[in-house]
Formats: sequence, C-alpha cells, structure tokens
Amino acid sequence: MSDLINSSLRELSAALAAKKVSDVELATLFLDRVEKFNPALNAFITLDHEKTLAQARAADERLKVPKGTQSAGAGDPAISPLCGIPLAHKDIFCTKGWRTTCGSKILANFVSPYDANVVEKLAAAGMVTLGKLNMDEFAMGSSNETSYFGPVKNPWDVSCVPGGSSGGSAAAIAARLTPAATGTDTGGSIRQPAALCGLTGLKPTYGVVSRYGMIAFASSLDQGGPMAKSAEDCALLLSAMAGFDARDSTSLERPPEDYSRDLDQPLTGLRIGLPQEFFGAGMDADVRAAVETALAEYRKLGATTVEVRLPNSGLSVPAYYVIAPAEASSNLSRFDGVRYGHRAPEYADLAEMYSRTRAQGFGAEVKRRILIGAYVLSHGYYDAYYLQAQKIRRLIAADFVAAFKECDVIMGPTSPSVAFAFGAKSADPVQMYLSDIYTISTNLAGLPGMSLPCGFGNNDMPVGLQIIGNWFGEAKMLNVAHQYQKATDWHTRMPGGVK
Amino acid sequence: MNWEVVIGLETHAQLRTKSKIFSGSSIAFGAEPNVQASAVDIALPGVLPVLNREAVVCAIKFGLAVGAQIAPRSIFARKNYFYPDLPKGYQISQFEIPVVLGGGLTIRVGAGDTATEKFVHLTRAHLEEDAGKSLHEDFHGRTGIDLNRAGTPLLEIVTEPEMRSSAEAVAYAKALHALVQWIGICDGNMQEGSFRCDANVSVRPLGQKEFGTRREIKNLNSFRFMQQAIDFEVQWQINEIEEGRAIHQATVLFDPDSGETRSMRSKEDAHDYRYFPDPDLLPLEITADWIAQVKSGLPELPQAMKARFEADYGLSPYDAAILTGSRGMAEYFTAAVDVCNQPKLVANWVINEVRRSMSEGASDQEGEPLASEVRDGLPGRDVIRIPAGKLAKLISRITDATISNAGAKKVFIELWTGPDQEVDEVIERMGLKQITDTGAIEALVDEVLAANQKSVEEYRAGKEKAFNALVGQAMKATRGKANPQQVTDLLKKKLGA
Repeated sequence: MSDLINSSLRELSAALAAKKVSDVELATLFLDRVEKFNPALNAFITLDHEKTLAQARAADERLKVPKGTQSAGAGDPAISPLCGIPLAHKDIFCTKGWRTTCGSKILANFVSPYDANVVEKLAAAGMVTLGKLNMDEFAMGSSNETSYFGPVKNPWDVSCVPGGSSGGSAAAIAARLTPAATGTDTGGSIRQPAALCGLTGLKPTYGVVSRYGMIAFASSLDQGGPMAKSAEDCALLLSAMAGFDARDSTSLERPPEDYSRDLDQPLTGLRIGLPQEFFGAGMDADVRAAVETALAEYRKLGATTVEVRLPNSGLSVPAYYVIAPAEASSNLSRFDGVRYGHRAPEYADLAEMYSRTRAQGFGAEVKRRILIGAYVLSHGYYDAYYLQAQKIRRLIAADFVAAFKECDVIMGPTSPSVAFAFGAKSADPVQMYLSDIYTISTNLAGLPGMSLPCGFGNNDMPVGLQIIGNWFGEAKMLNVAHQYQKATDWHTRMPGGVK
Repeated sequence: MNWEVVIGLETHAQLRTKSKIFSGSSIAFGAEPNVQASAVDIALPGVLPVLNREAVVCAIKFGLAVGAQIAPRSIFARKNYFYPDLPKGYQISQFEIPVVLGGGLTIRVGAGDTATEKFVHLTRAHLEEDAGKSLHEDFHGRTGIDLNRAGTPLLEIVTEPEMRSSAEAVAYAKALHALVQWIGICDGNMQEGSFRCDANVSVRPLGQKEFGTRREIKNLNSFRFMQQAIDFEVQWQINEIEEGRAIHQATVLFDPDSGETRSMRSKEDAHDYRYFPDPDLLPLEITADWIAQVKSGLPELPQAMKARFEADYGLSPYDAAILTGSRGMAEYFTAAVDVCNQPKLVANWVINEVRRSMSEGASDQEGEPLASEVRDGLPGRDVIRIPAGKLAKLISRITDATISNAGAKKVFIELWTGPDQEVDEVIERMGLKQITDTGAIEALVDEVLAANQKSVEEYRAGKEKAFNALVGQAMKATRGKANPQQVTDLLKKKLGA
C-alpha cells in the first residue's frame, strides 16, 4: 500500500482497474495520512470523511463497469483514467455542500450551494474529493501566511513557508496527503509553491480553464490549473479540467485537447529561450546553480538554448500590483455581510455594518490590496495608474511575442529563492511581492507557465525550474517537462518527515 | 428677469428580454421575493456574468430607430458602490464607450394643428443591469432585500440638454415611450417601473450662453409627475436665484403628495464610482451584418408611417401624428383602411370614437388613452375592443347609405360592449337601417310640410333656419331612419327651391 502514495496517477488508475486496491481503500489511505500529518502542516481547512467515502464508493461502482463500455443505467461516459483517484481542492473553488472559505474569516461559514466548473469536471471524471486546501486569504500572498486558518508549513522544513497562494495544495501533495490538487495562479500562485515544495504545477493559458466557481481575486489574471508530482500527472489532470464553459465569458471556445499527446516527443531541436532579465542579480546563487544544471541536462537531451530579451519584464511587478489590486478591490465588494458569510454582530447603521463586517472579516494583506486597488481606480488617479499599467501589460505581451519568434519555450527560475522561514518577508510587503518577479509577467501576458523540481538549494530545499510556453503551448510545455523528468528523479523525491 | 429652462432627460427603459442581462433568470414582474434570483444574481462567490444577446439586439433596434451610430465595439464597465440591493457591490454598465451614440427623436409640442415639431438630440444610450429592491416596510425596523429585479436589462437613454419647458420634456418622454414600445424593446409599463425618467433641470437668464447649475430629479414614473416635478423645480430654482441664493448641484426626489422636490444628496456626497472595464466581460462587438439583420426585422417607424399617411391618405399632420402615436393604433388604423378603403373616415372614427371609448375604459393619470397598449393587450388595461375589420364594415355601412352617421355611433357603442356581435345584425336588431324607399320618404315629407305650414312660409320668406327645422321634423318623423341627404333633396324639390 505505501508505494501507492508515490505512484503516478496512471499507476493508481492501473492499480484500481486491476483491483489491487479499491477506491475506498485508496481514499482511506490518504485520509489516514491527512489525519497523521496535517496537524503539523495545516494544509487542509475542511475535511468531510463521509462525503469523501461516499464519492469513493460511487467511483468503485463506476469502475465495476468494464472499461470502454457504457454503464447500463446511469449512462456514464467511458470511464476516465482519473476515476477513483483522490484529489483535494484549493479552498478557492466552490464545492457544493462543502465549506468554501477562500482562506478568509469573511467566508469561514460559507457552504457553497454549487460546484465550480473545475470541480464539476473532475467529479465527472470520477475523482474523489479528499477535502479543501488551505491558501493565502483570497489568494493574496506568496507564503501562505495570510490565511485566516493559520499558515501552512513546508513539509521539507516546517519552519519554512510552502509558498503561496496555493500553499495548502503544494504542502499536501509534497507530504503525499493527496496525489494531486487543484490550484490557482494569478501572479505565480501555482508555480511558486510548486517550486518551494518540489512539485510540478501548471498555469494554463488564460481562458483554457473556466473561472466559473473559482472565487475571483483578479479576474483578468486568475487561472486554475493542476498541481501534482509530475508533468505526466499534470497533463492528465489538465485534460480533464480544461475546456470551454459558456458560463465564463473569458473561457475560450476551442476543441478539447489531450494534453498528454506529446509527452513522449523527443526534445531534439527544441529551442529554449533564456531571458537575460531572468538571470540577473535578484536570483540566489543556489537557485541559479540548480537552474543551470537543469539547462545543461536539456542540452544533453538535444535542446539548444538561445538568449532572448524581455525588456519590459522589470515593469511586471509594479504593473501587476496596480491591476491585480484594482480588480480585487471590486471583486471583493460582494463580501458585505448582506447575503452570506460573516456579518459583524453589532452595528448601528448600514455604513457601520459594512465597515465592521469587512474590518473583522478581512485580514491585513487583503485590506492593503483593497485600499491600493480603490486608490488606483479613484477619480484623478485612474489614468496615471490603472491605464498606465494596462499599457505596460501590452508591452510585456509584445516582448513575449518577439521572444517566441526565436524559441519554442522560455526557461528560468520560478522563484528567486528557495522556501524562506516564516516571518522572513511578511513584515515587508515589497520583498514578499518580489517573490513572484519571474512568474508575474506570464499572467500579465496570459501565457501558460509551469514549474518543475530541478534540484535542491540551500538547506536542502527544493528549487523550481520555470517553463513558459507560447499561447496554447501547454502540450509542448508538458512534453518538455516530461522528457526532463524521464531523465531526472527530482520529482520523485519525498520529504523525510512524512514517510 | 426672463428665465430660460434647460432640461435633459435620462430614461431607463427595461428591455423586453426573456431573461436577465447577465444570467438566465426570468425578469417577469410580480414574483415572490427572491425566487427569480440565481447564483449569479445574488453574486455568490465565484459566479460570472454572461451577456444576454437579446439585450444587445434591443439596443441595436433602438439605435436604428433613432438614427444613431451603433458602436462596433463597446465596453462594459463596473460602477462600484455599496448598497444592500446591489449584490456584487458594483453595477455592470457602459461608461466610456456606450453601444448607441447620437441620434434623436422628433417630438410634437402642443395640441391640434397649432402643435410644433422639435428634434431632440440624444447623447447616447447604453446597456446596464438594474439593482434589486430594498423593502423598508413590514420588517420591524429592518430592511428586506428582494433581488428579483437585480440584473434586469436596462437601456439608459440620455438626451442633450435641449428641452426648454416641462411640456417639451413630457412630449419627449411620451415620444420615447411610444417608440420603445413601437419597436418592441420595452413594455412601457410605468407603474411597474419599466420606463422611468430622471430629469436634469437648470435655469438661466434668457440669452445667457452658459448653463445654470443643474439638479437631477430622480425616478419620475408618470408623465403627470414629470410635469409637476419640473414645474415645481423650475419655480424653486428661479426663486432661489432671485432671492440671492446659489443653486447647488444635487439629486432630488419628487414627492407626489406635496407636489414638491426634495434634496436627496448633494454633490459633496457624490460617490467616486471608480469605473473600470469589467474584466469578466469581453468588449461587445457588433458587426455590420448583425446590424443589417436586426434592421431587416424592424417595423416601419412612426415618423415614416406618419409621412406616408399624410402623403397617401391626405391626412392632416395632426391626425397622422395621433394615428402613429402608438404602433397598436397605427396597425389598427391600417387594418381598417385595408378593408374599407376610407382612410379619412377611418381616421375620424379612430381619433374620435375609438380613443374616446378607450379613455373611458382606461387612462393614465392625465386621462390620455393608453393607446400604446392596444397591441399588447396587457392584463389590467383596456384595449380597442372592436376588431379593425368590424369598424371598417361599420364605416362601409355609412358610405353605402345603409345607416346614418348617428346610427353608426349607436352601433359602435353596442359593439364596444359586445365585440362578438356582427355589424349587420346589430344594425338590424337596433332598427337603424335607413329608409331608402323614395315613395315612403316622399309621403312622410308631404305630411311634414302639411303639418308645418308656418315653417314653410318662413322659409319662403327667406329664413334658412326654417328649412333646417323642416329637415329636423322630417328626420324625426322617420325616427332617424331616413337618409338625411335624401330628405334634404326631397324637401328642396317640394319647396321649389
């Protein structure tokens, strides 16, 4: 049984199909690990064994039907390889009947009456929900220290942050509390925690995964994506998560894709673009060393590297910290205590109900961003901040268009440093914001990006290699990552403390 | 001093779509609170808006009907403010780039043939969502929220400040009210709030170029209130200025009970709405093909139809304007003319008898017939009860001399109360058929002449009035059944005139 926690999703699928293990046994295996290790890690906000086991039993029923045939009564589609495999959802995804908090006090009592599109799709594939994962409050943070439910600990070193905002997802997979998880990425929130926890995570091209039911932080940047141990697992998950959704106007109407299709393509002739801006002074030496070693490995696999320029990438953090808070300040207005969520117990009038509810319900980082956002949108400042940032956004996208004329994928570090200690950056928001300096520009441009483990740095903490693909280049990125993972074993490493 | 009044109107027309502008919920009026509020309408976490194509079609129709430019690309923006009946904390509206730009409406001010025409320019019209309702009664000091209306599609139609009197403002509002119903984008029901106006009112010394400071009267939901509110506001502003006080920009409400306007909030409390493009919605792109397709489905517009009635039927501009006052009225008129081919007679009958009968059944607060509702036959309101074909038949019974005009009016009243009856049966039953037998009439005329020698002598002495008295006696003798023309001719012949 214990080898199952390190198995790939395909191996789990095969074990289920071969009846080596049942869905209920598999779910129980992970739930037991959650019970054992979560108290130290704080990766989960909500668990519901009854619901999880009911889903596992349902998956067992579905798997009784021979593969490739239709079940007699329910009219099930052909069974997905993901059927019966447990996963956990970042608590930003609305999950019917489950508490969905977004890491915030203001939604601490909110039980969603509906499923997010991503939740719906993975459930339709037969995946079993283990629980809801901790995260930075409203996905605002890079260390998981802003969660109302307390920080998540990095399984590689519990004195270090797991990254954020999908820190619960990263920690839970790294500790093998779940084989896979959903995450969301607005400025690096899938890739950075994946890097800091030694995992593989993918942020798709904007519009590939529906945002319906994904609680909005910054609508024009948010994108859901898979987090798992390997590129192969991510490809399988993304194939199930992606697809047009009429309920999201920014969802792209494209034919469904099998993101696993190119995994086994050789990398001969692959042109890897290396933006000089990603290899400058901001990167720690240990990270640089691991990334350089990975690039050497790619050259061995037949790829060539070429220097490219992203001259406006230095503007990505300031542009992002105008656009994202602007959208957030408006997106979070609905949390007003009127219809659901926290409402201040005492107030004299309407204005006080609003101010107290929101003062009590939101944490410091969320309030900071609402204030920044309201400021940059206010009369007299809009042109100087918001409009200017939108112009920079175009320039950044244009940089990538030019760069992709010379290369197939872009590579660099995911994060300038390995996981840092709790409190190291939380007092200085700007330092914290710079954690995402390499990831933010892809969100501004709407490009897909991923992070995969490429070694260890200081204190034996994992280092992430970032791959940025061209628009709709997910299959290519996954191919590039998978070939590396066939040649290396960084992605198979597991933290010692959770064995 | 002589003052000039300057008025601009902003009208919210609720669009006649099946569902809300950004969700699939119904917009039918009168449902139990919050039953027509979906996850999207109540702004649950994670939900997203999807634009209703039908609402865009309504905007295109309107743009075409007022000769405006339809923006090939317009943007939905968020207007941010907190209010309990605004679930998202922002309203989705169009701000910088609206879907309809420019255009205008011809209005008629005054009555009868002395009425004057004026063209009122529109600034813009844009799509937006309505808010819910806050219910302050029956909750024991607390406020209830009904979100059924939240997300209802609205077209906000904004004029240039071109109206110079409350009469012009009301004439514009009526013309717009008729037009949006004519093209079928709004049911025009003012009681239910489907059509409501805000009036921006200012005054300035006659001849001054600069506008005075304006105050905005919100939520005028009847033409009568609009007139009263503007008249009061204008007088109030003039008094203020004449007494040496300045007008401050403000939003005011009209209280129908006191007939006064009251300040709701001053400019100092004005919100900074922090407008920005809604990242959840793509720019709205309208192709020339789409516009052409919508255009092909538009009915003939009132101005064109009015011109046609004047040219083809020889109607006066006044009559033509009344008949094209609503699409239902115009269609009724046209249908009747198609049957009897008597446009002038039909026009007279529709303008007089039909409208009078309707106003007895139902009217707005001014006693104006709700002619615009005839096409919809909406519950609780009156409609033209006599089918156009029957009115045409009745008119043809006048022209073929079967009945007199006076007889026809009696038949009309009978038909109005029982529209299922047949015209000829009613004429027969009421005994209104005219006597056309010359012999019978001649005998009657002889009797009348014999019995009224005095009148005969007076007539012969040159008193024209006496002749009329004889006609009257003759008609009385036939109990109105004789053709008056025939009686007149016979009398003249007998009297050797």
